[in-house]
Amino acid sequence: MQLAYYPGCSWETSGREYDLSARLAGGKLGLEFIEIKDWNCCGSSAGHSTSRLLATALAARNLALAEKMGLDLTAPCASCYQRLALARHDLLADGQLRKQVNRITGHTFHGNMRVRSILEVVASLGGEHIAARVVKPLRNLKVAAYYGCLLVRPRAVQVDDPENPQMMEKIMAVAGAEVLAWSHKTECCGTSLAMNNDQLALPLVAGILEAASLSGADCIVCACPLCHFNLDYRQKKVNRVLGTGYQLPVFYFTQLLGVALGLEPGRLGLFDHFVNTKPVLQLVS
Amino acid sequence: MNLSAPSNRECLIALVNNESGQQVEKCYQCGKCTAGCPVSYAFDLMPNQVIRLIQLGMKEQVLSCRSIWLCASCAVCTARCPRNIDLAAVMDSLRGMARREGVAATGRGHNVFLFNKNFLQSIKKYGRLFELATMLSFNLKSGRPFREADAGLAMLQRGKLKFSVTRTRGQAEVARIFERVAAVESGAGKCN
Repeated sequence: MQLAYYPGCSWETSGREYDLSARLAGGKLGLEFIEIKDWNCCGSSAGHSTSRLLATALAARNLALAEKMGLDLTAPCASCYQRLALARHDLLADGQLRKQVNRITGHTFHGNMRVRSILEVVASLGGEHIAARVVKPLRNLKVAAYYGCLLVRPRAVQVDDPENPQMMEKIMAVAGAEVLAWSHKTECCGTSLAMNNDQLALPLVAGILEAASLSGADCIVCACPLCHFNLDYRQKKVNRVLGTGYQLPVFYFTQLLGVALGLEPGRLGLFDHFVNTKPVLQLVS
Repeated sequence: MNLSAPSNRECLIALVNNESGQQVEKCYQCGKCTAGCPVSYAFDLMPNQVIRLIQLGMKEQVLSCRSIWLCASCAVCTARCPRNIDLAAVMDSLRGMARREGVAATGRGHNVFLFNKNFLQSIKKYGRLFELATMLSFNLKSGRPFREADAGLAMLQRGKLKFSVTRTRGQAEVARIFERVAAVESGAGKCN
Protein backbone atom coordinates (compact mmCIF):
# COMPACT_ATOMS: atom_id res chain seq x y z
CA MET A 1 0.00 0.00 0.00
CA GLN A 2 1.33 3.43 -0.97
CA LEU A 3 0.81 6.42 1.28
CA ALA A 4 1.88 10.06 1.16
CA TYR A 5 4.20 10.42 4.13
CA TYR A 6 4.26 13.51 6.33
CA PRO A 7 7.31 13.22 8.65
CA GLY A 8 6.65 16.30 10.82
CA CYS A 9 9.25 18.71 12.19
CA SER A 10 10.63 16.44 14.91
CA TRP A 11 11.62 13.78 12.35
CA GLU A 12 15.31 14.66 12.26
CA THR A 13 15.67 15.64 15.92
CA SER A 14 13.63 14.84 19.04
CA GLY A 15 11.42 12.31 17.25
CA ARG A 16 14.05 10.77 15.01
CA GLU A 17 13.58 7.22 16.30
CA TYR A 18 9.89 7.38 15.47
CA ASP A 19 10.56 8.33 11.85
CA LEU A 20 13.32 5.71 11.49
CA SER A 21 11.28 2.91 13.00
CA ALA A 22 8.04 3.85 11.24
CA ARG A 23 9.73 3.72 7.83
CA LEU A 24 11.55 0.45 8.59
CA ALA A 25 8.66 -1.38 10.27
CA GLY A 26 6.26 -0.04 7.65
CA GLY A 27 8.52 -1.41 4.90
CA LYS A 28 8.50 -4.87 6.51
CA LEU A 29 4.71 -4.78 6.54
CA GLY A 30 4.44 -3.82 2.87
CA LEU A 31 3.70 -0.15 3.42
CA GLU A 32 5.37 2.22 1.00
CA PHE A 33 5.73 5.74 2.33
CA ILE A 34 6.38 8.44 -0.25
CA GLU A 35 7.44 11.67 1.42
CA ILE A 36 5.41 14.72 0.48
CA LYS A 37 7.84 17.03 -1.29
CA ASP A 38 8.00 20.47 0.21
CA TRP A 39 5.72 19.73 3.15
CA ASN A 40 5.47 22.50 5.73
CA CYS A 41 4.97 22.48 9.49
CA CYS A 42 1.35 21.88 10.56
CA GLY A 43 1.65 24.69 13.12
CA SER A 44 1.08 22.26 16.01
CA SER A 45 -0.35 23.76 19.24
CA ALA A 46 1.31 27.13 18.59
CA GLY A 47 -0.66 27.43 15.37
CA HIS A 48 -4.17 26.65 16.60
CA SER A 49 -3.54 28.52 19.87
CA THR A 50 -2.78 31.63 17.86
CA SER A 51 -5.30 31.49 15.05
CA ARG A 52 -7.69 28.77 14.02
CA LEU A 53 -7.62 30.02 10.45
CA LEU A 54 -3.81 29.95 10.34
CA ALA A 55 -3.79 26.39 11.72
CA THR A 56 -6.27 25.23 9.08
CA ALA A 57 -4.36 26.96 6.28
CA LEU A 58 -0.95 25.60 7.30
CA ALA A 59 -2.40 22.09 7.37
CA ALA A 60 -4.39 22.59 4.16
CA ARG A 61 -1.28 23.24 2.05
CA ASN A 62 -0.01 19.78 3.00
CA LEU A 63 -3.39 18.20 2.30
CA ALA A 64 -3.43 19.74 -1.17
CA LEU A 65 0.12 18.52 -1.88
CA ALA A 66 -0.83 14.96 -0.85
CA GLU A 67 -4.01 15.12 -2.88
CA LYS A 68 -1.96 16.01 -5.97
CA MET A 69 0.01 12.80 -5.38
CA GLY A 70 -3.28 10.91 -5.55
CA LEU A 71 -2.62 9.26 -2.19
CA ASP A 72 -3.98 9.20 1.33
CA LEU A 73 -1.68 10.89 3.81
CA THR A 74 -0.14 9.28 6.85
CA ALA A 75 1.74 10.96 9.70
CA PRO A 76 3.57 9.27 12.58
CA CYS A 77 3.29 12.23 14.98
CA ALA A 78 0.00 12.34 16.90
CA SER A 79 -0.07 16.13 16.82
CA CYS A 80 0.58 16.38 13.06
CA TYR A 81 -2.08 13.72 12.55
CA GLN A 82 -4.65 15.59 14.62
CA ARG A 83 -3.95 18.98 12.99
CA LEU A 84 -4.09 17.58 9.45
CA ALA A 85 -7.15 15.42 10.11
CA LEU A 86 -9.03 18.24 11.84
CA ALA A 87 -8.25 20.65 9.02
CA ARG A 88 -9.53 18.12 6.49
CA HIS A 89 -12.67 17.62 8.56
CA ASP A 90 -13.34 21.36 8.85
CA LEU A 91 -12.61 22.01 5.16
CA LEU A 92 -15.00 19.24 4.05
CA ALA A 93 -17.72 20.42 6.43
CA ASP A 94 -17.62 24.06 5.32
CA GLY A 95 -17.44 24.95 1.62
CA GLN A 96 -16.99 28.65 2.34
CA LEU A 97 -14.02 27.95 4.58
CA ARG A 98 -12.52 25.70 1.89
CA LYS A 99 -12.76 28.47 -0.71
CA GLN A 100 -11.23 30.97 1.67
CA VAL A 101 -8.38 28.64 2.67
CA ASN A 102 -7.68 27.66 -0.95
CA ARG A 103 -7.20 31.36 -1.70
CA ILE A 104 -4.89 31.69 1.29
CA THR A 105 -2.69 28.69 0.45
CA GLY A 106 -2.72 29.18 -3.31
CA HIS A 107 -3.39 25.42 -3.66
CA THR A 108 -6.80 23.97 -4.40
CA PHE A 109 -7.82 21.25 -1.99
CA HIS A 110 -10.84 19.29 -3.19
CA GLY A 111 -11.16 16.84 -0.30
CA ASN A 112 -10.31 13.68 -2.24
CA MET A 113 -7.88 12.14 0.21
CA ARG A 114 -7.87 10.87 3.75
CA VAL A 115 -5.57 11.55 6.69
CA ARG A 116 -4.54 8.46 8.65
CA SER A 117 -2.30 8.07 11.66
CA ILE A 118 0.40 5.43 11.32
CA LEU A 119 -1.12 3.65 14.29
CA GLU A 120 -4.41 3.25 12.47
CA VAL A 121 -2.70 2.29 9.19
CA VAL A 122 -0.73 -0.50 10.89
CA ALA A 123 -3.75 -1.68 12.89
CA SER A 124 -5.86 -1.80 9.73
CA LEU A 125 -3.47 -4.33 8.17
CA GLY A 126 -4.99 -6.86 10.56
CA GLY A 127 -3.52 -9.23 13.11
CA GLU A 128 -2.95 -12.06 10.63
CA HIS A 129 -0.99 -9.90 8.21
CA ILE A 130 1.28 -8.70 11.00
CA ALA A 131 1.55 -12.07 12.78
CA ALA A 132 2.74 -13.74 9.56
CA ARG A 133 5.74 -11.40 9.55
CA VAL A 134 6.70 -11.62 13.23
CA VAL A 135 10.00 -13.45 13.51
CA LYS A 136 11.01 -12.47 17.02
CA PRO A 137 8.01 -12.39 19.38
CA LEU A 138 8.38 -10.00 22.30
CA ARG A 139 8.05 -12.73 24.91
CA ASN A 140 8.47 -11.78 28.58
CA LEU A 141 7.79 -8.12 27.88
CA LYS A 142 4.99 -6.36 29.76
CA VAL A 143 3.93 -3.13 28.09
CA ALA A 144 1.66 -0.26 29.05
CA ALA A 145 0.28 1.32 25.85
CA TYR A 146 0.04 5.08 26.15
CA TYR A 147 -2.03 7.06 23.63
CA GLY A 148 -2.07 10.53 25.13
CA CYS A 149 -4.64 12.99 23.81
CA LEU A 150 -4.39 13.75 20.15
CA LEU A 151 -4.98 10.34 18.61
CA VAL A 152 -8.24 9.87 20.47
CA ARG A 153 -9.71 13.37 20.75
CA PRO A 154 -11.77 15.12 19.53
CA ARG A 155 -14.47 12.81 18.21
CA ALA A 156 -14.26 14.01 14.58
CA VAL A 157 -10.75 12.58 14.20
CA GLN A 158 -10.37 9.96 16.95
CA VAL A 159 -8.71 6.74 15.80
CA ASP A 160 -10.11 4.74 18.71
CA ASP A 161 -12.16 5.05 21.90
CA PRO A 162 -11.16 8.21 23.83
CA GLU A 163 -11.29 6.55 27.25
CA ASN A 164 -10.10 3.01 26.63
CA PRO A 165 -8.48 2.61 23.21
CA GLN A 166 -7.18 -0.85 22.22
CA MET A 167 -5.42 -0.36 18.89
CA MET A 168 -1.88 -0.34 20.23
CA GLU A 169 -2.64 -3.23 22.58
CA LYS A 170 -3.74 -5.37 19.64
CA ILE A 171 -0.56 -4.61 17.69
CA MET A 172 1.67 -5.27 20.70
CA ALA A 173 -0.17 -8.52 21.48
CA VAL A 174 0.36 -9.75 17.91
CA ALA A 175 4.03 -8.82 18.32
CA GLY A 176 4.08 -11.21 21.28
CA ALA A 177 4.14 -8.77 24.21
CA GLU A 178 1.94 -8.98 27.28
CA VAL A 179 -0.31 -5.91 27.29
CA LEU A 180 -1.53 -4.52 30.58
CA ALA A 181 -4.77 -2.85 31.57
CA TRP A 182 -3.96 0.44 33.24
CA SER A 183 -5.53 3.76 34.13
CA HIS A 184 -3.59 6.52 32.39
CA LYS A 185 -3.47 5.60 28.72
CA THR A 186 -5.28 8.73 27.55
CA GLU A 187 -4.21 11.17 30.28
CA CYS A 188 -2.36 14.28 29.11
CA CYS A 189 1.47 14.40 29.44
CA GLY A 190 1.50 18.20 29.62
CA THR A 191 2.47 18.64 25.96
CA SER A 192 4.33 21.90 25.23
CA LEU A 193 3.53 23.20 28.73
CA ALA A 194 6.50 21.03 29.68
CA MET A 195 8.67 23.30 27.56
CA ASN A 196 7.36 26.67 28.69
CA ASN A 197 6.11 25.91 32.24
CA ASP A 198 7.78 22.64 33.21
CA GLN A 199 6.66 22.83 36.84
CA LEU A 200 3.04 22.54 35.65
CA ALA A 201 3.70 19.48 33.52
CA LEU A 202 5.82 17.46 35.96
CA PRO A 203 2.86 16.25 38.09
CA LEU A 204 1.13 15.07 34.91
CA VAL A 205 4.19 13.13 33.76
CA ALA A 206 4.62 11.73 37.28
CA GLY A 207 1.02 10.50 37.37
CA ILE A 208 1.46 8.57 34.13
CA LEU A 209 4.77 7.04 35.25
CA GLU A 210 3.27 6.04 38.60
CA ALA A 211 0.26 4.36 36.98
CA ALA A 212 2.41 2.49 34.46
CA SER A 213 4.75 1.41 37.20
CA LEU A 214 1.92 0.20 39.46
CA SER A 215 0.47 -1.84 36.59
CA GLY A 216 3.70 -3.84 36.56
CA ALA A 217 4.85 -2.63 33.14
CA ASP A 218 8.46 -3.11 32.02
CA CYS A 219 8.07 -0.20 29.63
CA ILE A 220 5.67 2.26 28.05
CA VAL A 221 4.87 2.28 24.33
CA CYS A 222 3.59 5.43 22.70
CA ALA A 223 2.80 6.98 19.33
CA CYS A 224 3.76 10.65 19.70
CA PRO A 225 7.18 12.39 19.72
CA LEU A 226 6.21 14.96 22.34
CA CYS A 227 4.61 12.38 24.66
CA HIS A 228 7.81 10.39 24.22
CA PHE A 229 10.05 13.32 25.08
CA ASN A 230 8.01 14.23 28.15
CA LEU A 231 7.82 10.68 29.52
CA ASP A 232 11.40 9.71 28.64
CA TYR A 233 13.54 12.83 29.11
CA ARG A 234 11.53 14.23 32.04
CA GLN A 235 11.60 10.97 34.00
CA LYS A 236 14.94 11.94 35.54
CA LYS A 237 13.56 15.30 36.61
CA VAL A 238 10.42 13.69 38.09
CA ASN A 239 12.69 11.40 40.09
CA ARG A 240 14.82 14.31 41.27
CA VAL A 241 11.97 16.66 42.18
CA LEU A 242 9.50 14.15 43.60
CA GLY A 243 12.00 11.69 45.08
CA THR A 244 10.81 8.75 42.99
CA GLY A 245 12.97 6.13 41.29
CA TYR A 246 11.29 5.34 37.98
CA GLN A 247 13.38 3.54 35.37
CA LEU A 248 10.72 2.95 32.75
CA PRO A 249 11.95 2.93 29.16
CA VAL A 250 9.57 4.58 26.72
CA PHE A 251 9.38 3.25 23.16
CA TYR A 252 7.49 4.12 20.03
CA PHE A 253 5.16 1.27 19.10
CA THR A 254 6.92 1.11 15.73
CA GLN A 255 10.23 0.40 17.49
CA LEU A 256 8.99 -2.63 19.42
CA LEU A 257 7.03 -3.81 16.41
CA GLY A 258 10.24 -3.45 14.40
CA VAL A 259 12.09 -5.69 16.86
CA ALA A 260 9.38 -8.33 16.51
CA LEU A 261 9.62 -8.04 12.72
CA GLY A 262 13.32 -8.88 12.97
CA LEU A 263 14.84 -5.44 12.49
CA GLU A 264 18.21 -4.57 14.01
CA PRO A 265 17.68 -2.69 17.34
CA GLY A 266 20.37 -0.10 16.53
CA ARG A 267 18.68 0.84 13.26
CA LEU A 268 15.42 1.41 15.11
CA GLY A 269 17.08 3.95 17.39
CA LEU A 270 16.42 1.78 20.45
CA PHE A 271 19.56 2.98 22.20
CA ASP A 272 19.01 6.68 21.59
CA HIS A 273 16.51 7.26 24.39
CA PHE A 274 17.22 9.01 27.69
CA VAL A 275 16.16 6.20 30.07
CA ASN A 276 18.43 3.18 29.63
CA THR A 277 16.63 0.64 27.45
CA LYS A 278 19.17 -2.20 27.59
CA PRO A 279 17.83 -4.12 30.64
CA VAL A 280 14.35 -4.22 29.15
CA LEU A 281 15.55 -5.15 25.68
CA GLN A 282 17.46 -8.07 27.21
CA LEU A 283 14.11 -9.50 28.27
CA VAL A 284 13.22 -10.11 24.64
CA SER A 285 16.62 -11.17 23.32
CA MET B 1 -31.30 54.05 23.40
CA ASN B 2 -31.17 51.60 20.54
CA LEU B 3 -33.10 48.57 21.72
CA SER B 4 -32.41 46.54 18.59
CA ALA B 5 -28.60 46.72 18.98
CA PRO B 6 -27.07 43.53 20.34
CA SER B 7 -25.97 43.74 23.96
CA ASN B 8 -22.34 43.13 24.94
CA ARG B 9 -23.48 39.74 26.09
CA GLU B 10 -25.05 38.78 22.76
CA CYS B 11 -22.08 40.17 20.89
CA LEU B 12 -19.53 38.14 22.85
CA ILE B 13 -21.53 34.92 22.53
CA ALA B 14 -21.93 35.46 18.77
CA LEU B 15 -18.24 36.23 18.30
CA VAL B 16 -17.05 33.18 20.24
CA ASN B 17 -19.59 30.93 18.53
CA ASN B 18 -18.71 32.21 15.09
CA GLU B 19 -15.00 31.79 15.63
CA SER B 20 -15.15 28.38 17.35
CA GLY B 21 -18.10 26.87 15.51
CA GLN B 22 -19.71 26.07 18.87
CA GLN B 23 -22.86 27.09 20.72
CA VAL B 24 -21.66 28.12 24.16
CA GLU B 25 -25.20 28.96 25.30
CA LYS B 26 -25.93 25.21 25.36
CA CYS B 27 -23.71 24.75 28.45
CA TYR B 28 -25.75 23.93 31.58
CA GLN B 29 -22.82 24.08 33.98
CA CYS B 30 -22.51 20.42 34.93
CA GLY B 31 -18.79 20.88 35.51
CA LYS B 32 -17.68 17.69 33.80
CA CYS B 33 -15.06 19.64 31.80
CA THR B 34 -13.51 20.93 35.00
CA ALA B 35 -13.61 17.50 36.65
CA GLY B 36 -11.53 16.00 33.83
CA CYS B 37 -9.17 18.90 33.15
CA PRO B 38 -5.56 17.90 33.94
CA VAL B 39 -4.37 21.51 34.33
CA SER B 40 -7.33 23.01 36.21
CA TYR B 41 -5.24 22.84 39.38
CA ALA B 42 -3.25 25.77 38.01
CA PHE B 43 -6.20 27.69 36.50
CA ASP B 44 -7.62 30.92 37.90
CA LEU B 45 -10.99 30.28 36.24
CA MET B 46 -12.28 26.71 35.90
CA PRO B 47 -13.24 25.62 32.36
CA ASN B 48 -16.98 25.71 33.17
CA GLN B 49 -16.53 29.20 34.64
CA VAL B 50 -14.88 30.39 31.43
CA ILE B 51 -17.97 29.27 29.51
CA ARG B 52 -20.30 30.85 32.08
CA LEU B 53 -18.53 34.20 31.83
CA ILE B 54 -18.89 34.12 28.05
CA GLN B 55 -22.61 33.44 28.51
CA LEU B 56 -22.74 36.50 30.76
CA GLY B 57 -20.80 38.68 28.31
CA MET B 58 -17.90 39.32 30.69
CA LYS B 59 -15.30 39.73 27.98
CA GLU B 60 -12.55 41.41 29.96
CA GLN B 61 -12.53 38.77 32.69
CA VAL B 62 -12.47 35.95 30.13
CA LEU B 63 -9.76 37.35 27.87
CA SER B 64 -7.47 38.30 30.74
CA CYS B 65 -7.67 35.01 32.65
CA ARG B 66 -4.63 32.74 32.94
CA SER B 67 -6.59 29.59 32.18
CA ILE B 68 -6.93 30.22 28.46
CA TRP B 69 -3.12 30.20 28.18
CA LEU B 70 -2.43 27.25 30.47
CA CYS B 71 -5.00 25.05 28.71
CA ALA B 72 -3.01 22.12 27.26
CA SER B 73 -5.49 21.51 24.42
CA CYS B 74 -5.84 17.89 25.53
CA ALA B 75 -9.56 18.07 24.70
CA VAL B 76 -10.73 15.86 27.58
CA CYS B 77 -13.37 18.55 28.19
CA THR B 78 -14.47 18.31 24.55
CA ALA B 79 -14.67 14.53 24.59
CA ARG B 80 -16.73 14.40 27.80
CA CYS B 81 -19.08 17.36 27.36
CA PRO B 82 -22.68 16.09 27.51
CA ARG B 83 -23.76 19.12 25.47
CA ASN B 84 -21.23 18.43 22.72
CA ILE B 85 -19.43 21.72 23.11
CA ASP B 86 -15.87 21.62 21.83
CA LEU B 87 -14.32 23.52 24.72
CA ALA B 88 -10.82 23.11 23.32
CA ALA B 89 -11.97 24.99 20.21
CA VAL B 90 -13.51 27.70 22.42
CA MET B 91 -10.19 28.06 24.28
CA ASP B 92 -8.38 28.43 20.93
CA SER B 93 -10.79 31.14 19.91
CA LEU B 94 -10.34 33.01 23.19
CA ARG B 95 -6.54 33.00 22.83
CA GLY B 96 -6.91 34.33 19.30
CA MET B 97 -9.33 37.04 20.44
CA ALA B 98 -7.05 38.05 23.33
CA ARG B 99 -4.12 38.38 20.92
CA ARG B 100 -6.08 40.42 18.38
CA GLU B 101 -7.52 42.70 21.05
CA GLY B 102 -4.12 43.24 22.61
CA VAL B 103 -4.97 41.66 25.98
CA ALA B 104 -1.58 40.59 27.30
CA ALA B 105 -1.05 37.19 28.86
CA THR B 106 0.57 37.50 32.26
CA GLY B 107 2.80 35.30 34.45
CA ARG B 108 2.93 31.69 33.32
CA GLY B 109 0.50 32.54 30.56
CA HIS B 110 3.03 34.96 29.13
CA ASN B 111 5.54 32.12 28.72
CA VAL B 112 3.00 30.20 26.65
CA PHE B 113 2.37 33.27 24.51
CA LEU B 114 6.12 33.77 23.95
CA PHE B 115 6.67 30.11 23.18
CA ASN B 116 3.91 30.07 20.56
CA LYS B 117 5.15 33.28 19.01
CA ASN B 118 8.70 31.94 18.66
CA PHE B 119 7.45 28.67 17.26
CA LEU B 120 5.42 30.43 14.57
CA GLN B 121 8.26 32.79 13.68
CA SER B 122 10.35 29.75 12.84
CA ILE B 123 7.62 28.36 10.60
CA LYS B 124 7.14 31.69 8.85
CA LYS B 125 10.87 31.97 8.26
CA TYR B 126 11.75 28.40 7.29
CA GLY B 127 8.44 26.69 6.58
CA ARG B 128 9.33 24.20 9.29
CA LEU B 129 10.21 24.26 12.96
CA PHE B 130 13.89 24.82 13.76
CA GLU B 131 13.82 23.16 17.20
CA LEU B 132 17.15 24.36 18.55
CA ALA B 133 16.90 28.00 17.45
CA THR B 134 13.29 28.19 18.64
CA MET B 135 14.15 26.90 22.12
CA LEU B 136 17.21 29.15 22.45
CA SER B 137 15.27 32.20 21.39
CA PHE B 138 12.43 31.33 23.80
CA ASN B 139 14.90 30.86 26.65
CA LEU B 140 16.48 34.26 26.03
CA LYS B 141 13.19 36.08 25.74
CA SER B 142 11.67 34.41 28.79
CA GLY B 143 14.73 35.24 30.90
CA ARG B 144 16.00 31.72 31.53
CA PRO B 145 18.83 31.22 29.02
CA PHE B 146 19.86 27.82 30.40
CA ARG B 147 16.42 26.24 30.64
CA GLU B 148 16.69 22.57 29.63
CA ALA B 149 20.36 22.95 28.74
CA ASP B 150 20.84 19.36 29.94
CA ALA B 151 18.28 18.21 27.37
CA GLY B 152 20.24 19.97 24.66
CA LEU B 153 23.45 18.27 25.74
CA ALA B 154 21.83 14.84 25.96
CA MET B 155 20.25 15.32 22.53
CA LEU B 156 23.58 16.37 21.10
CA GLN B 157 25.19 13.18 22.42
CA ARG B 158 22.43 11.14 20.78
CA GLY B 159 22.71 12.94 17.45
CA LYS B 160 19.27 14.49 17.89
CA LEU B 161 20.33 18.10 17.78
CA LYS B 162 20.52 19.86 14.46
CA PHE B 163 22.19 23.22 14.01
CA SER B 164 20.28 23.96 10.86
CA VAL B 165 16.83 23.23 9.55
CA THR B 166 15.83 21.53 6.31
CA ARG B 167 14.01 24.40 4.66
CA THR B 168 11.02 23.70 2.54
CA ARG B 169 11.21 25.08 -0.99
CA GLY B 170 7.67 26.30 -0.45
CA GLN B 171 8.91 28.67 2.27
CA ALA B 172 7.69 31.74 0.35
CA GLU B 173 4.25 30.15 0.04
CA VAL B 174 4.18 29.50 3.77
CA ALA B 175 5.17 33.09 4.56
CA ARG B 176 2.35 34.20 2.26
CA ILE B 177 -0.13 32.06 4.22
CA PHE B 178 0.81 34.02 7.36
CA GLU B 179 0.36 37.34 5.57
CA ARG B 180 -3.00 36.45 4.04
CA VAL B 181 -4.37 35.11 7.33
CA ALA B 182 -3.27 38.35 9.04
CA ALA B 183 -5.05 40.37 6.35
CA VAL B 184 -8.29 38.37 6.81
CA GLU B 185 -8.07 38.72 10.60
CA SER B 186 -7.49 42.45 10.54
CA GLY B 187 -11.15 42.70 9.57
CA ALA B 188 -12.36 40.32 12.32
CA GLY B 189 -15.24 41.45 14.53
CA LYS B 190 -14.88 42.89 18.03
CA CYS B 191 -17.18 43.53 20.99
CA ASN B 192 -17.09 46.18 23.66
